[in-house]
Amino acid sequence: MTEPVAPSLAQPPLIEAAGIHTHYGASHVLHGIDFSIRAGETVALMGRNGMGKSTLIRSMLGLVRPSAGRVMVKGHDMTRAAPHLIARAGVAYVPEGRGIFPNLTVRENLIMAARAGASGQRDWTFDRVMASFPRLAERLSHGGGQLSGGEQQMLTIGRALMTNPDLLILDEATEGLAPLISREIWRIVGTIRQSGIATVLVDKNFAALSTIADRVQILVKGQTVFAASAAQLRAQPEVREAYLGV
Amino acid sequence: MELATFLIQLLNSVQYGLLLFLISSGLTLVFGIMGIINVAHGSFYMIGAYLAWSLTQTLGNFWAALALAVPIAVIIGLVLEWLVVRFLYTRDLLYQVLLTYGLILMFEELRSILWGDDVRGVNIPAALDASIRLTDTLSYPVYRLAISGVCLVVAGLMYWLIQKTRVGMTIRAGSVNREMVQSLGIDVKLIYRLVFALGVTLAALAGMIAAPVSSVFPGMGNQILIVCFVVVVIGGMGSVKGALVASLLIGLVDTFGKVLHVQIGGVHLLPELASMSVYLLMAAILLWRPEGLFGKHTG
Repeated sequence: MTEPVAPSLAQPPLIEAAGIHTHYGASHVLHGIDFSIRAGETVALMGRNGMGKSTLIRSMLGLVRPSAGRVMVKGHDMTRAAPHLIARAGVAYVPEGRGIFPNLTVRENLIMAARAGASGQRDWTFDRVMASFPRLAERLSHGGGQLSGGEQQMLTIGRALMTNPDLLILDEATEGLAPLISREIWRIVGTIRQSGIATVLVDKNFAALSTIADRVQILVKGQTVFAASAAQLRAQPEVREAYLGV
Repeated sequence: MELATFLIQLLNSVQYGLLLFLISSGLTLVFGIMGIINVAHGSFYMIGAYLAWSLTQTLGNFWAALALAVPIAVIIGLVLEWLVVRFLYTRDLLYQVLLTYGLILMFEELRSILWGDDVRGVNIPAALDASIRLTDTLSYPVYRLAISGVCLVVAGLMYWLIQKTRVGMTIRAGSVNREMVQSLGIDVKLIYRLVFALGVTLAALAGMIAAPVSSVFPGMGNQILIVCFVVVVIGGMGSVKGALVASLLIGLVDTFGKVLHVQIGGVHLLPELASMSVYLLMAAILLWRPEGLFGKHTG
């Protein structure tokens, strides 16, 4: 008789990318990257500008076609699957620059995305998103383009939650936001994480992520140069200086 | 001009304007959402008219013909998007115009093979073949009022679909950020296919209901296409609301341009000038608002 295995280890990772190579035209952006995240985990994907963080995310989401490598979503090969199918497998994406629909109202931005999650869960409803983002509740009939940067970010996160994901990918969640607003966003990300949704946080700044992230992976010129726990990175200021310092 | 005559011309211009809207709304929608300039759009109007004619001949009943022709138009739209149009989304304007121009030639040839090159007519269905008396000598055909009614209902349904439904929200969202819509788990390709089929169906429907009042003839699609492009340009590329306003405006200018005898300094403006009125209107509006009445500013 075999020993029962802990459920989180028995389940395949939410996303598992192996040996990803991606080209933009003639330029070779990613040089064989591995990446994975399991249910409930928070992984920080870090690196300076132009090191391939967003390209890796986009390659995993089907928005960019990797030239080599494999992307598994919950154990299914979805390497060249259409982006909407990957999303429907339970992956939500908050892109850099946020990607709200400025010609739709706040309410429309949210309800157009509403659906049950990959395993039928409806944890995140319109009302729950309203309760989590009271600032949005006050601006439901505003056009998406009339919101401040911070409100737009809340709207994109709220919209992603409306799809009831198992994994939320946030690309540069606080880029260009005032410190006070940034703290508010990180507080919300913390709440999402506690609700059991796994998160990938793409960022340049370790200070904000050090207490949230379980693991950190650092990219330099399309290659992984560091992959370990957040605690290990905290203990190695020279690594931070070398790969993340300005 | 007498009041009754004026009223008749006003009703005519509204009816023509609304019919134009039915055709051009699809043209502007397909441009606004998918970025496709479809010069074959007029062909769907012609196909609709010929379908109405040939099916009325076969079935002996205009309504039965309509009931069959609408689903045929939907299928033509879906198949055409899948076969041809979806390959144009990532191509530039030149490919779009070349390919859709090729479609015009193919449709005209197919029309010639299937239905011949003669001018055809469709009888006004008996239920609507009546007139409303305005004065002792003037009356207005009920069928033309019915055309306006159908167009208004369709315009209302379009408004509801685009502004009030989730599909409509997705359509509007897809027109600004296709990638983001996909990342929310929505199949944008399917949405595009449906929008294209909707545009084809509206143009074909316009051809079907117009068939009993205008004759059915080769090249009728190209004639209407030019006016539809004027509508789309005046209204603002991609704006359905703009298409509605521009259609009504063109209906008025075109109809009254033909019946009014304008005198400037004792010189009669020739009737030839009346046929230019629509283009003069377009030129004037573009000088004032280069992006059209409801168009987006493009820098």
